Amino acid sequence: MSDLLEALLRVLVVLVAFLLLPLLVGQAEHKAMAHMQSRVGPMYAGMFHGWAQLVADGVKFVQKEDVVPRDADPAVFRIAPAVALLPYFVVMLVIPLGPGLVGQDLDVGLFFVLAVMGIGVIGTLMGGWSSANKFSLLGGIRVAAQLMAYELPFVLVGASVAMAAGTLSLTGIVEEWQPWWLLWQGIGLVVFFVAGLAELQRPPFDMPVADAEIVFGPYTEYGGLRFALFILAEYAGIVVLSALTAVLFLGGWRGPFEDSLGWLWTLVKTFLVAFVVIWVRVAYPRMREDQLQRLAWQGLVPLALLQLALTAVGVVATA
Amino acid sequence: MSWVQVLFVLLSLVAVASALLVVTTSNLVHAALWLVVTLGSIAGVFLLLAAEFVAWVQVLIYVGAVVVLLLFALMLTRAPTGRQDDLNVGRVVPAAIVAVLVGAVLVSTVVAGFHDVQLDLERAVVGSASVTGGTVFRLWVLPFEVLSVLLLAALVGAIVLSKLRADEPAEAGED
Repeated sequence: MSDLLEALLRVLVVLVAFLLLPLLVGQAEHKAMAHMQSRVGPMYAGMFHGWAQLVADGVKFVQKEDVVPRDADPAVFRIAPAVALLPYFVVMLVIPLGPGLVGQDLDVGLFFVLAVMGIGVIGTLMGGWSSANKFSLLGGIRVAAQLMAYELPFVLVGASVAMAAGTLSLTGIVEEWQPWWLLWQGIGLVVFFVAGLAELQRPPFDMPVADAEIVFGPYTEYGGLRFALFILAEYAGIVVLSALTAVLFLGGWRGPFEDSLGWLWTLVKTFLVAFVVIWVRVAYPRMREDQLQRLAWQGLVPLALLQLALTAVGVVATA
Repeated sequence: MSWVQVLFVLLSLVAVASALLVVTTSNLVHAALWLVVTLGSIAGVFLLLAAEFVAWVQVLIYVGAVVVLLLFALMLTRAPTGRQDDLNVGRVVPAAIVAVLVGAVLVSTVVAGFHDVQLDLERAVVGSASVTGGTVFRLWVLPFEVLSVLLLAALVGAIVLSKLRADEPAEAGED
């Protein structure tokens, strides 16, 4: 019985983190973006530098009417946000914060994470198709094309880290990690981060939701709580991508005083990567569809293969 | 029945029912989405059979890539919401007969090969990545290589076909 209780407790803690961390990243985005653009961002909600802005947004979303377009496919339209959001929660269950500090340690953790993250896209595709709106459909097509282009380098560099560490377990990878891997796996780090950004459809890869062309892509017809769930999925995706980058390439909880402060290191590294995600949004303009595809197939895939070869040579040479 | 067996039966029922829906629904996109349910519950069955790695491969490749590819192709070509009544063609009966015959062959092969094999879950080796890798590259290395040559042939074929298409308008222009 205590096993069940412990499992429940772990899931509960991850659930709280799942609801809290995306809000933190969202608020950080509001403020960081504003200051980078010489604005101040939200200032009034919650009295102190607008800390409660996203809470207020949430309350607003809940109050809105739940609209389903007349020609939409109601069932698919309704469950699409859940399909988009849930995979990120499941992924968060297996990402370790420190040794033993993990919802559920899996022997094939990396593989599990890559597999489950791919499911979220089906939610977006469902939303894009079922809205019965040409902008939504176009957005859905763009999402699918983008995912297929960037999934390959994403998985390849994931495989590179697994080869270097000799294990697929996320905890095991962090334990094998050495500081010089920053150089050895450097290409992999960049490819993983860029491909991850593209899979999350974050700027500059936000072609699927390009507002000047297709309104808001697959989410055009959504409003209220369902829209909020899609947005939450985006920010949960940022948290998951940042945490994965930290765990796979930046050594997770490795650092000074790792025995007592390990979990803090993981969090700090995660938030640093999340900050870069926000920074990139402000720094670069949106890429065109052909540029997107060219970057993936002519840039990232060859780089990922090069990294894989580098890793293989390194592993054989040091073995 | 233990809870594993109960779960196994439930997942199998879900897999079979959703597979039937894939071929009977009158909406192409729904068919693709029911396929997600089918493939997902098969991944669950793999998990119950202690084939952990294979289960996640199933999710990564089939749910994550193949179904997305299917949906992409559907959305590019024909994806109206609502019923499509022109999906049923006259070949339904022969197609069903062929399907039943193929199913019979597959079932009898599996039953003939494995009918007295019992998986003891208490002592079964969990199909982790290393166990699966060892089995594929030691015991089953020949079928594995044959399959990869088959895939290579398919790849080359796809390139040749798309090259043929791309060359046609250019030649017409020169003439």
